[in-house]
Amino acid sequence: MDPSPPPAGGPPPNETVRLLAMLRLMLRIRAFEREAVAAMRSGEAPGVVHASIGQEAIAAGVCLHLRREDRVTSTHRGHGHALAKGADARAMMLELYGRAGGACGGKGGSMHIADFAVGMLGANGVVGAGIPIACGAAQGLRLLRQDAVVACFFGDGAVNRGPFLEGLNWAALYRLPVLFVCEDNGFAAFTRTAESTAGAGAAARAEAIGVPALAVDGTDPLAVDAAAADLIAAIRAGAGPRLLHARCYRWEGHTGTDPAAYRPAEEVAAARARDPIRRLAEALIARGVAAAEIAALEAEAEAEMRAHREAARAAPLPDPAAAFADVQDTGAPAPCPA
Amino acid sequence: MPRLSFAEATRRALAAEMRRDPTVWALGEDLGRGGIFGQYKGLVEEFGPERIVSTPISEACIMGAGLGAALVGTRPVIEMRIADFALCAMDELVSQIAKVRYMFGGQGRASLVVRMPGGMWRNSAAQHSQCLEAWMVHIPGLVVAAPGTAQDAASLLKAAIRCDDPVVLMESKNLWTAEGEVDEDAPPAEFGRARIARAGEEVTVVTWAATVPVVEAAAERSGVSAEVIDLRSLWPWDEAAVVASAARTRRLLVVHEAVTVAGFGAEVVARVTERLGPGALRAVGRLGAPRAPVPFAPALEDALRPTAERVAEAIRRLARG
Ligand SMILES: Cc1ncc(C[n+]2csc(CCOP(=O)(O)OP(=O)(O)O)c2C)c(N)n1
Repeated sequence: MDPSPPPAGGPPPNETVRLLAMLRLMLRIRAFEREAVAAMRSGEAPGVVHASIGQEAIAAGVCLHLRREDRVTSTHRGHGHALAKGADARAMMLELYGRAGGACGGKGGSMHIADFAVGMLGANGVVGAGIPIACGAAQGLRLLRQDAVVACFFGDGAVNRGPFLEGLNWAALYRLPVLFVCEDNGFAAFTRTAESTAGAGAAARAEAIGVPALAVDGTDPLAVDAAAADLIAAIRAGAGPRLLHARCYRWEGHTGTDPAAYRPAEEVAAARARDPIRRLAEALIARGVAAAEIAALEAEAEAEMRAHREAARAAPLPDPAAAFADVQDTGAPAPCPA
Repeated sequence: MPRLSFAEATRRALAAEMRRDPTVWALGEDLGRGGIFGQYKGLVEEFGPERIVSTPISEACIMGAGLGAALVGTRPVIEMRIADFALCAMDELVSQIAKVRYMFGGQGRASLVVRMPGGMWRNSAAQHSQCLEAWMVHIPGLVVAAPGTAQDAASLLKAAIRCDDPVVLMESKNLWTAEGEVDEDAPPAEFGRARIARAGEEVTVVTWAATVPVVEAAAERSGVSAEVIDLRSLWPWDEAAVVASAARTRRLLVVHEAVTVAGFGAEVVARVTERLGPGALRAVGRLGAPRAPVPFAPALEDALRPTAERVAEAIRRLARG
């Protein structure tokens, strides 16, 4: 980080502009998820929403180093990854509401949010399932001689599933351009990571397989940004896969309606005190950015997501015929008789 | 037309498809050594290790990586070595590959092939002999084919590679060395189009995959005028051909190597009954395996095997009914 304030009156240095973009993204993720959780709690949005509030620095810090042609695979907690990769927030909100025009046409919902147009290959309802998919995407891109990397997000719970071992071994074996990102928010559903994971965790497991790993405080945006920059640069240079182990804390319950009574209030308060958004805002203020500019960014993000929610409420329902579309062309299903 | 084994017919078909389309590639265990049945023999020499990929024993990753590679625009042929091992990759097949297009509202497609060599072969016992085609047919999103001739082994593989939907090929281990005439220039097979393997008037016998030659032999020796229909693909399947034949013979037998209970034969009988009405058939039967795992010893395995004698007896019984 460059500690010197910008010259008075001049344009902000590039680094400040970049970090402002990161902050804006984190604010948008948080605002989106606040609306999403509220929509689930009120019953306006059907089904389940998993929020990544408190984890925004990881999605933003990684994806800001990705290019449009790079790909991302995600998890059930995937709104942040989608927004960070550039997904259309309006279409995402419509999807959560099960409305026409939703990102997946109402077929996916929160847990399967995706925007292939920006390389976001989908949130996934099965823990760890994105890992082999990410490996194959990288392998396919190489076969097509496309110079791109794949960022593969998963939670700490995924490291206890077979696909983690299979995928890391695979990526190392074929030296694939994959950044594995373990978002270790301390919980897998209602169980603490430490109660379910033996040994030294994701980074140590990766190293044992031959995938170099870095561990960072995932609530420190500058640390995530710096680590992601280094790892992705190495991957682009052809060094093979890397793993980023980002420790963080899940502010909300597992789902939007989980009161998370299994953890003490002081623990949650301590985590909230390490708010990644506030930390980045403070770093920017130290670089000479006006607090008012940051407040304006926050208000803008909140207004944007409120507007998306309003639009979702007002949007038409999908045509029921869509329930039978996109299954398969060969042997397509016959719609239910009227 | 050359006489080729199933293995050689599919090997040549895959090579032809790989020459035609540079995005086609194959991944699986020991492919660089020809695959365990020789169906990939020599391909790594022609196409290199980047397109004939020998993988670790990681079925979930083989299947899942195939999907990832399809989502970025390649056409992978995913080799499961033995169908039973695909059970280690069921999430990747059933909840990822089969769902990806639908769940994401048509944003991406899993244009890929999954090859599953299955069934009884050389006393492989309970974990290397299963016929699980009914599981596959049950999953929306999948196309399922089961060749019973060397020609179809090649033509269905070509069709599968060119198909934009995910196709599961249930190849029969017991048929790899069986030979048949193969027109290598034949167009890809059409899914959902059955083959009338033998015309007949008294009984309709429907089958697929390893039991095709068994049923053909059985029909020959049964002394009954039996019409043998080789379904070739199970989803979609040629309901029209089966219904037309059964409407004529009014006797329907379905033969498969898989366990009879909840096997695909049940679906065939149910649909024909729905289409023709409950009273249309004079006799109906299913011949498959009892609901038991496949045992090891030849004497025990034979007790489960749908042999030509058993099938012929079933045909005669039905003809009398
Ligand atoms: C294979 C599988 N098992 C169980 C579940 C149910 N489930 C959904 S999320 C979750 C917890 C996952 O924890 P983690 O990977 O740490 O991600 P986090 O929820 O903390 O973001 C569980 C058990 C699932 N979706 N997939």
